[in-house]
Amino acid sequence: MHLFVQATIVGILFGGVYALIASGQAIIFGVTRTVNFAQAIFTILCAYLSYTLFTDFGIDPFLSILVLVPAMFAFGIGIYVLLLRRLSRSGAELGLLVLYGLGIGIQGVLDFVYKTNNRVITPGYANNSWTVAGYQIPEVRFFAFLLAVAVLGTLQLIRQRTKLGRALRATTQNPVASRLLGVDVERISAIGMGLGVAAAGAAGGVFGMILPFNGNTQYDLLSKLLSIAVLGGLLSMPGTIVAAVILGVVESVVAATISPDWSAFSFLVVLFAVLIIRPQGLFGRRLRGAL
Amino acid sequence: MTRPGPHSRIRPAGTIQAVAFVAVVAVLPLITGQHWLVSLLVFTVMYAGLASAWNLLGGYAGYPALGHGAFFGVGAYAMAIGTSHLGVGGGYRPFVLIVPIAVGTALVVLPIARLLLRTRAAAFAVLSITLMFMVQTLAYNIRSLTGGSSGLIVPLAPFPAAIFERPFYYAMAALLALTLAVCWVVRTSKLGLALNAVRDDEDRARGLGVQTELVKLVAFAVSAGLTAAFGAVWAYYITFLYPGFAIDPLLALGAILMAFLGGRRTLWGPVVGAALIGPAQQYFAYRFGASQLYLVAYAALFLLVIYLLPEGIVPSLARRLRRLRRASPAAATHDQVATDSIFSAGDLG
Repeated sequence: MHLFVQATIVGILFGGVYALIASGQAIIFGVTRTVNFAQAIFTILCAYLSYTLFTDFGIDPFLSILVLVPAMFAFGIGIYVLLLRRLSRSGAELGLLVLYGLGIGIQGVLDFVYKTNNRVITPGYANNSWTVAGYQIPEVRFFAFLLAVAVLGTLQLIRQRTKLGRALRATTQNPVASRLLGVDVERISAIGMGLGVAAAGAAGGVFGMILPFNGNTQYDLLSKLLSIAVLGGLLSMPGTIVAAVILGVVESVVAATISPDWSAFSFLVVLFAVLIIRPQGLFGRRLRGAL
Repeated sequence: MTRPGPHSRIRPAGTIQAVAFVAVVAVLPLITGQHWLVSLLVFTVMYAGLASAWNLLGGYAGYPALGHGAFFGVGAYAMAIGTSHLGVGGGYRPFVLIVPIAVGTALVVLPIARLLLRTRAAAFAVLSITLMFMVQTLAYNIRSLTGGSSGLIVPLAPFPAAIFERPFYYAMAALLALTLAVCWVVRTSKLGLALNAVRDDEDRARGLGVQTELVKLVAFAVSAGLTAAFGAVWAYYITFLYPGFAIDPLLALGAILMAFLGGRRTLWGPVVGAALIGPAQQYFAYRFGASQLYLVAYAALFLLVIYLLPEGIVPSLARRLRRLRRASPAAATHDQVATDSIFSAGDLG
């Protein structure tokens, strides 16, 4: 029982990080109707950048977020303007392939620059943990969770309380109607893409502190992000967050009680089991269209 | 928009194409004795078949399948387990296994396909690649069967060194011919029309009485079974399997790239795409190593194709030819009719 609770705590904490990355993916899907198959490699890219900022310049990964978030925001806007905007007519499924291809290209560059051996960011507090009522709370995961809550809270405030947020939600619901009502859909989509990629920027550093990574880690993370997206229903922010925390907990509990080898697989089983009952995911709506 | 009607007749132009294609494919490996060249041909023919098999589901039915690496890997591991554990024997005997492997994969995949096909578009793309990751995890974890991350060795085929690649080449070529024949039958039958209808508007098609569930399942199962058959031959040729290598996300991406370049939803498009990219892919891998710059070159090529040739070569050429012919009505001779019918099999929608 102690083991189970311990694993659940650790799982919830890391689930927050998954929630952060996956929420970015959900925002991007909302405005572009494209699943961002490059969200995982964006996270790895930021993990590498935090790694360089930490080892070469001594900047703490939690501080480097201040640089990475605006940089990734601009990067996201750039991708939308240069790549995705042109595809709007030929369908969103092409965008998925474009981003997948882009992700593979970025992995190639990262493999070339950093080589393929595993890296991990190890600041002095990396292995510290507190003991609360007999349970270990790893410091890095705790702060990562706080960071995720803070960023997700900010995103939620932007979405619910600002004019930009209203335009974002409107574009997500119905781009045509939004355009008719005076929303600059292209601009809003670009900003949405920027926000989504920036979420990966915020998560990269903590990801790199918690797990060892290299370019190929993107597939591991990608499979999790995609499962979260489908389980959460692709568009829904609450759905995404719930699915991410479920993933974190299932993964951690299975790793602790059965074997780490089966932790990723067990979540995929959960995913398929849910889809038998609800093909649209936990919170989703049915999608239409074809490639 | 033109849609291919049921071309139930076997037309002379089509027969000529088929015969010419078979002749070229049959003669190609005899021209050169260079092992690396024949090996390159084996992979090119394999990718032509994989891209054509993908086209059944990803092209005609319009379901963006990204996980065909799973079926390829299942075929590969089935071949490896069949030859090393079950004692099928060496020489040409393992090739017999291809049939049960293909049929078995197609049948086993049915319940999974039924589940996946409840989703569409982006969700389907995501689930298909998720399935691939699941199969890869299984290959890593069921060590007693697959050897896990230390890999699985297939007994080396006892073919003479001078012509070692030839049996594999002809096995791949036969499978390619079979795949193209299946594609042709699908295109010229009601099944092809039903798949077109599914792609255009699935709900309306079902409303009009098209057996959408059934045709999607058939396309999925046949596509998966053929992919597994190529995987089986590949395993016997490569002789060493490793989960990350036999069940590779890049495999489906390569097939998709070729189908896009040549023209998805056309009969010859995937073959044209594979003929152009297959050798380049082998060259990149050989020149730049299996990762790093190879991945960059691959991604660049992928983006170039999607942005510069979104329709693919075969449909673009067909359109240009038709425009040319319209410009000079006097030139509508037998030749023109023949050239047009080469491409008329292509869906220009």
